[in-house]
Amino acid sequence: MEPFTYARAGDVQDALKRFGERTALLAGGTELLNWMRLGIEHPAHIVDISRLQDLKGIESIPGGSGLRIGALATLNEVALHPRVANDFPALSEACLKAASAQLRNLASIGGNLLQRTRCPYFRSDEVLPCNRRVPGSGCAARHGINEKHAIFGWTDDCVAVQPSDPAVALSALEADIVIESPRGTRRVSAADFHTLPADDHGIRKHNVMDDDELITSIELPWAMPNSAYLKVRERESYEFAIASAAVGLELHGGVIRKARIALGSVAMRPWRLSGAERNLQGLAVASPDARRAIEQEFAAARALSNNAHKIAIARNAAWRALQLAAQRAEGGAA
Amino acid sequence: MAIPPTTDIAHVIELTLNVNGSAHRCVLDTRTTLLDALREHLHLTGTKKGCNFGECGACTVHLDGQRVNACMVLAAQADGRAVTTIEGLSQGETLHPMQQAFVDCDAFQCGFCTPGQIMSAVCCVREGHTKSDADIREWMSGNLCRCSSYPQIVEAVKAGASAPNGGQ
Repeated sequence: MEPFTYARAGDVQDALKRFGERTALLAGGTELLNWMRLGIEHPAHIVDISRLQDLKGIESIPGGSGLRIGALATLNEVALHPRVANDFPALSEACLKAASAQLRNLASIGGNLLQRTRCPYFRSDEVLPCNRRVPGSGCAARHGINEKHAIFGWTDDCVAVQPSDPAVALSALEADIVIESPRGTRRVSAADFHTLPADDHGIRKHNVMDDDELITSIELPWAMPNSAYLKVRERESYEFAIASAAVGLELHGGVIRKARIALGSVAMRPWRLSGAERNLQGLAVASPDARRAIEQEFAAARALSNNAHKIAIARNAAWRALQLAAQRAEGGAA
Repeated sequence: MAIPPTTDIAHVIELTLNVNGSAHRCVLDTRTTLLDALREHLHLTGTKKGCNFGECGACTVHLDGQRVNACMVLAAQADGRAVTTIEGLSQGETLHPMQQAFVDCDAFQCGFCTPGQIMSAVCCVREGHTKSDADIREWMSGNLCRCSSYPQIVEAVKAGASAPNGGQ
């Protein structure tokens, strides 16, 4: 780890003023510290924002069923908050299935979204070909050990996946990310927050954030009690997903009025099944037609040399998460 | 491995670590983690350094009453906050109920992960995550045991949970 100066930001405006060359903001630290240890990040200045009380609250948005979550709320605080647990169960489950109890007491929800799209080659002790780590060096995973890698939206430049669990739930719950910079406030849909190689910046960026921007909150526009997050892993807990699925559902008499489906760990962003979302409207939730609507989306999946199994796992996860959300919808109506 | 000393004043921070009820004034390289501050500077070596990547849980301590990986916290971030380590659990020669439970249940073999397991277990009880064996296993999953004493650890957490003050 290289030497750095350490300062605490007094408030959000102070933090924004301190942005500069080789400056990193420190919140939970659970990602940044490891990147610094590996030499992937080497800031000369650290600005600690972890004590900014303004960014910690979780509060109802007046005039509706929405919820505003401060960017510095920890994953455990988000998961266990009564309104999140009752009205946004997919988000609660996604947070609880991330990392360990100890890490969830440190990691912030805002920082969680800023996790790098990465893979074991990116984060290895020995520097291996990785276009994200050393631009132009190639992609060791493209024809290497790639069983955990992408099945959607990858290119020869990079086949890594975005590892965040909460991001998948936030995409299905149609959340907005609220971002502050010296230029003012902007809002980005969670579904558009992480970037793909096909986007303007290629793989030079992991998300839409500019270097002088700070996430201040996450807004969930309306309650989604009929939502679920399903995470498929090689072991039961404390492990990244092979694939995961988040579903937000509006159901009337067993018929889908609205479905939002996002897959995790299959691409560089939570992968929305937009075609299925449209086609599921008006279908009985457990019907063969509904199953076909989901399956059709996987025609676009492209397996790498070692991960064809992920297509079946992700497909089944999407279907199971849909049924899980539907059970909650029926339970809620009773 | 200790961080080599820095000579640049810009890379040094003066801070107060409140550990187990005692305030310690320290001057540290800004890179120093809470884990290294405890072990190398305050000589509280009960907190163990396993992976130093937030993966194994051997360095678990309480920060303002919550369990965290001390390797993932800069000492600067802990400035002025309450830190409890394994050395702070017992009352003199009287073991904390969770320490006693680990002894009674033989919940270790080599013992390297044990301080982290016990610090995590105390919070697991305090948080109310001991409703079932599955609940305990899930909420203790951030503490790895290479000797694989997991069944005994679950028994110890249960025993500690049922003891008076097991989560205090």
